[in-house]
Amino acid sequence: MRLSELPKGAPAVVDRVHDAHAADPIAQRLRDLGFVDGEPVRVVAVGPMGGDPVLIQIGFTRFALRKAEASRVSVRSEAAA
Amino acid sequence: MSASTLRIALVGNPNCGKTALFNLLTGGRQKVANYAGVTVERKEGRFTAPSGRVLQILDLPGTYSLDANSPDEMITRDVCAGNYPGEAVPDLIVCVADATNLRLHLRFVLEVKRLGRPVVLALNMMDTARQRGIVIDVPELQRRLGLPVVETVAVKRGGAQALIERVDGEVPAAAPVQPDDAASRADLHAQVRELLAATLTMPRATAAIDDTLDRWALHPVFGLAILAVVMFLVFQAVYSIGKPMTDAIADGFDWMGGHAATLMPAGPLQSLVTDGLFGGLGTVLGFLPEILVLFLFIIVLEESGYLPRAAFLLDRLMLSVGLTGRSFIPLLSSFACAIPGIMGTRSITDPRDRLTTILIAPLMTCSARLPVYALLIGAFIPIRYVFGVFNLQGVVLFTLYLAGILGAMLVGWVMKHIRRDKSEHALMMELPSYRVPKLRDVAIGLYERGMIFLKRLTGVILGLTVLMWFLSTFPGAPEGATRPAIEYSFAGYIGRGLQYIFAPIGFNWQISLALIPAFAARETAVAALATVYLVGGEAAGGLGHALAGQISLASALSLLVWFAYAPQCMSTLAIIKRETDSWRNVAISFGYMFVMAYTASFIVYQVARALA
Ligand SMILES: Nc1nc2c(ncn2[C@@H]2O[C@H](COP(=O)(O)OP(=O)(O)OP(=O)(O)O)[C@@H](O)[C@H]2O)c(=O)[nH]1
Ligand SMILES: [Mg+2]
Repeated sequence: MRLSELPKGAPAVVDRVHDAHAADPIAQRLRDLGFVDGEPVRVVAVGPMGGDPVLIQIGFTRFALRKAEASRVSVRSEAAA
Repeated sequence: MSASTLRIALVGNPNCGKTALFNLLTGGRQKVANYAGVTVERKEGRFTAPSGRVLQILDLPGTYSLDANSPDEMITRDVCAGNYPGEAVPDLIVCVADATNLRLHLRFVLEVKRLGRPVVLALNMMDTARQRGIVIDVPELQRRLGLPVVETVAVKRGGAQALIERVDGEVPAAAPVQPDDAASRADLHAQVRELLAATLTMPRATAAIDDTLDRWALHPVFGLAILAVVMFLVFQAVYSIGKPMTDAIADGFDWMGGHAATLMPAGPLQSLVTDGLFGGLGTVLGFLPEILVLFLFIIVLEESGYLPRAAFLLDRLMLSVGLTGRSFIPLLSSFACAIPGIMGTRSITDPRDRLTTILIAPLMTCSARLPVYALLIGAFIPIRYVFGVFNLQGVVLFTLYLAGILGAMLVGWVMKHIRRDKSEHALMMELPSYRVPKLRDVAIGLYERGMIFLKRLTGVILGLTVLMWFLSTFPGAPEGATRPAIEYSFAGYIGRGLQYIFAPIGFNWQISLALIPAFAARETAVAALATVYLVGGEAAGGLGHALAGQISLASALSLLVWFAYAPQCMSTLAIIKRETDSWRNVAISFGYMFVMAYTASFIVYQVARALA
């Protein structure tokens, strides 16, 4: 499942970040921010218009990501981890 | 002495307190605020350590990674690597990390360590960390990292003592240089996890208060309602608190001007003092309270951490007009002044987003326009209460601000369609912890703003006002003149020449003339009008009164709209040139705003006249 599809509040862990195209700087930055295998994530809030952007809790930090950015991150539910 | 100068660079993730630390160390007054991307250029300061050694400190923009992808991050990358033009590699890197956010910040520390330069780690925000029950085993962290680690509280006097002692001592040995590739980067995260497992006890990943506040502030319905209320309160307050003080100051200056006049013989000198200095400058100075009230709100909002939340709520709207949520904060700074706003766009990754933001930033109503608005609203809009609570003057002011915002959205939307831009725009914005602003910081911030205003007043505005007085006074009327003397002055001729352009939008010659000095500094329009009317002997009872008798409501509305959109202020155009390195962008910016202002004023004037 992609992070952009994760329901609000559901605990999950990151699987990996997919490059949208070769040498995708957004994907690389997401990895630097801590979106790496095994990292717990949660959707804390969604934007008022069309549920975009989403607010992600990762580590001790909250990041606002647009859906296009969040969809680069694949996640699995915590139970399956 | 210079042989023993130690050059130190402050680096770290955004919003970890580098600038606060810089200010504490050097006694500087650089801008500190609670969101990522406040510092966008390199700033230098120095201080003398207890040992007598001079330390030169560099404050740098925050960055999440040395793999930079926006102009501000590139500065930090280049300084660290010794590639920054005119800047040698720093002798020592002080890596600043937020102790409440180590999962993110330690990764960057490890990345910096791999540069193979001497590094000291400053664990900042230790006060908040302690409050939240976060325990860090510093000796163990130091041992595992192989770097000296000190604790700091950048917002407390003496909070950098441990850091000063450490950097004043021997420069620590550098770690070996390590290559930077995808595999070793992934490895950094594994190292951070190990470090945290061994040294950190964190009762809760986030502050409980942040979670509670965000439940309301980011709520799809309440969140937007809160945002609307906050914005509206600001404009109400500008009027309700600022206006009475402005009136008191204006009365004071009238009284002083009157007194000064009695002490001097009648003649040009007396006219310069009463009409130019007390009348012109005094009128502008009177608007200082309004400006300070506006800044009070801006400073409190900036420090609270609410602004990135507002950006989150509005991101989708911004996207629809070709902007990014990241444009929000530069645009908001533009309400103070477009210049820091335009510089703030350096934190925007995407160059097209950045250019759009730069081009529309001058449409945000800057504080220099406030005196003009306040003057005209005070003279033409009655004090009346709408729905029993909203002051009509406040409502009109709010509408003008809104007009600027809507205009900016329109321009953004048009640019997006001209470019047929379908590409992706990134957001990736960190939401910081909420903080209660410290009274002392707010007071210092206000004092700084007040001083900037007074410097402008005694500098450029004074100069222009004296010039306007000169132009309105000389040459005097010829023998046997039938019309008022001022109509024979330079000012009269220039103003009437300009009127050919501006008559269709309802400006008389005095207003047309005042637009010229307004191009150097907008507030001067007020001083210039005051001087012209005073010299013309038509300003009894204050400038507002004179205007109300001289021009129609339609002209006043047209002038308000003109100021909302007009290309003004040379400094803004100069900064656009500097930041985009293109005269073409300056021309586009000037051109579109002139057309927009003229068209909007024309429509408003003609419609208002038809209705009157
Ligand atoms: N409680 C507490 N707050 C701090 C401390 N240091 C900084 N702050 C606050 O943290 C926020 C960020 O401070 P800045 O100094 O602007 O951070 P910066 O690292 O320069 O940020 P950028 O320039 O955006 O990279 C501000 O709200 C400061 O008041 C600290 O030691 N304790
Ligand atoms: Mg800073």
